[in-house]
Amino acid sequence: MLHDALIITRREIRDTLRDWRIIAPILILTLIFPWLMNVTTQFAINFVEEYQATIIPLRLVPFAVMVVGFFPISFSLIIALETFVGEKERSSLEPLLDTPISDESLYLGKLLASMLPPLFASYLGVAVYLVGLYVSIQFVPEWIVILQIILTTTMEALVMVSAAVVVSSHTTSVRAANLLASFVIIPMALLLQAESIFVFWGQYNVIWLILLALLMADVLLMRTGIRTFNREEILAREVDELNLGMTLRLFRRYFVGAGLTPRRIYGEDVPRLLRENRLPLATTILVVVAALLGGLTIAWVYPLPAELTQSFQIDPDYFQHQLQSTGGEVLPRVETLPIFIYNTRSLIGFALLGLFSFGSLAVLPMVSTMGVLGFLLGQMRLLGAQAGWFAAAALVPHGIIELPAAILATAFALRAGASIISPPPGVTAGENLLHALADWLKMTLFVVLPALLLAAFIEATISPQIVLWVLRR
Amino acid sequence: MPPLIETAGLTKQFDTLIAVNDLTFTVAEGEVLALLGPNGAGKTTTVRMLSSILKPTRGYARIASHDVAREPRLVRHLIGHLTEFPGLYLRMRPLDYLDFFGELQHLPQAERRARAEELMQHFELWDARDRRLGNFSKGMRQKMALIRAMLHNPRVLFLDEPTSAMDPHSAKQVRDAIAGLRGRGHTIVLCTHNLYEAESLADHIAVIRKGQLIAFGSPTQLKLDLLGLPLWEVRLARPSAHAWQPMLNEHAHIHSSDAWSLRYHTEHPEITNPLLLRELAAHGVDVLRLTELPRSLEEVYLKLVQ
Repeated sequence: MLHDALIITRREIRDTLRDWRIIAPILILTLIFPWLMNVTTQFAINFVEEYQATIIPLRLVPFAVMVVGFFPISFSLIIALETFVGEKERSSLEPLLDTPISDESLYLGKLLASMLPPLFASYLGVAVYLVGLYVSIQFVPEWIVILQIILTTTMEALVMVSAAVVVSSHTTSVRAANLLASFVIIPMALLLQAESIFVFWGQYNVIWLILLALLMADVLLMRTGIRTFNREEILAREVDELNLGMTLRLFRRYFVGAGLTPRRIYGEDVPRLLRENRLPLATTILVVVAALLGGLTIAWVYPLPAELTQSFQIDPDYFQHQLQSTGGEVLPRVETLPIFIYNTRSLIGFALLGLFSFGSLAVLPMVSTMGVLGFLLGQMRLLGAQAGWFAAAALVPHGIIELPAAILATAFALRAGASIISPPPGVTAGENLLHALADWLKMTLFVVLPALLLAAFIEATISPQIVLWVLRR
Repeated sequence: MPPLIETAGLTKQFDTLIAVNDLTFTVAEGEVLALLGPNGAGKTTTVRMLSSILKPTRGYARIASHDVAREPRLVRHLIGHLTEFPGLYLRMRPLDYLDFFGELQHLPQAERRARAEELMQHFELWDARDRRLGNFSKGMRQKMALIRAMLHNPRVLFLDEPTSAMDPHSAKQVRDAIAGLRGRGHTIVLCTHNLYEAESLADHIAVIRKGQLIAFGSPTQLKLDLLGLPLWEVRLARPSAHAWQPMLNEHAHIHSSDAWSLRYHTEHPEITNPLLLRELAAHGVDVLRLTELPRSLEEVYLKLVQ
């Protein structure tokens, strides 16, 4: 596999090196820009040292290394779009597809060809900058920070190239691919800004976390790329026209299926969807349990101070007095509709965010809610059995409906977000996404929303009565 | 001996579009099959399935007994494919270009160099070996693409419009090359709109319309099936007043006649024609010529696709 991949890589790198439009800017960014950055660093250091701000140079140098390293790798995106979709546009890809090379080798070969020249330029740029820095002010930054930045730069190049492949698989022209590339450039720009903040702040440990996140993104994008960059997908897509009518028809077909009668929905579709989505359901339940246990653990490790928990203790006489004086209206009034709207809005909002994060953000409300719940339940052990009864009365009646509904909504949103990563063989990422969205909508409309409405009604009308009954005793 | 190319119920569906539908045919080793059909008929999709770059939705195809879906890498070693567009790397030089594709076919370096030189000499491109492919004319690019497809000496060649964009001399070179390859036992599938080319080169012709095979056979057989019996013409040296019918046997049917000529159909020309010539000689009528009137493949094709 690697042998064939390297044949492709060698040819493509030679081709890239013959293109002055790519080579000229890379050379400028590799040799001239580090020198300019060096001058700027010297100037900045001299300036801030006048004010005894010695920490600034320490933070400025890693930032400068990051910028010097990143600029050349930004070309990897251009090269990747050119090598993946440009070849398709110039019809030079099909002769390659006719050779015995495997899809994976072809993908790997092109991936390396897109990454290696800009990465080499990036490393060279960093080296030129550091050598210049040593020569001019005899400053050597911490090697671990430099290693972090070089690794992050490498991972960023891989993210851009592997994302470019995913973008390329949805287009047939370089022009269209360039337009879609903003989906790669904007998140990378935001990431770079976040990274800059942490570098200036000196929070270098966060860079490891960023590196980990980039690695995960690389794995996901490469997996998607390998799925989409194959002979079948490449040749099946001749035009990248948005056919709204066909998209809607396909969505309708997935959503309506054989019909939308109550018997069919609740007797056939819902059980089938539950069976088919066992993996996202299991994942969500696991996340829920983990978040709950996490909250409990934190509460165990960090108990609230006694003086803080005192405020939760209610004097029985005072409570009885309040109960009589308010005619039983001691608890704050809650309405069904606001609760229902709030819950629905959260689940739908995070489901949409899940679409742009391979499903990962869809689980966020469950993680935060269950984490907080676990923490609160953990703290209640300090308040005694009364608090336990109160919590059970306040949460269990509507919780036994709301929690399964939220798990269902989260699981189907998770699947929708993840659907573009790994469409089944013979199914495009778009079709898979439409299918997953149709399933999510069906489950949301016919199961989740009715359940949330019922839960909100119980929470607003029945739970308070139960709480009062418990409190009176 | 099993056929070199074999398909049965071969079908390819893209979303709701059935590009190729239930295609069944065979091609023997050393034969040339011409795939004809209007644009969008499914010829390219068929060739892509036979080249193992698209998987059939239903049915199967085999090249030298190897299933195109199950043994794609093996199949791609056995075939060479001239794509519809040459798709060359324009910044490369010809020998580097061929070396790259030879390496992908796992040919030893000496062999791919020798083969590239041999083919470039044959197609009169050797003198242009130091030029970049971007400086080649359209015809030269097409020849380079053909050389690329032939480089590893494949048993089966798929040629999609091999002579398009070529001048008559280059087109003849390519046609001669195809005839030569057939002579050396290569099997060729030719997708073309050039019906003269198809008729002169192909042993069998397959006509595809809307993804379905609507006719398959030798050019002669297709003409017979679709246009009926061939038309013969006798042209006299001088006009004659003799009646024609008594001179013909029961196998012949007069199509048209006048004092100078007779046109007729016959199921057995080997009996009817000598008989007619003898009768004319016996009546002292001088014959200028007796010929079968040419019928083009174009008539067959138009009849099929319209």
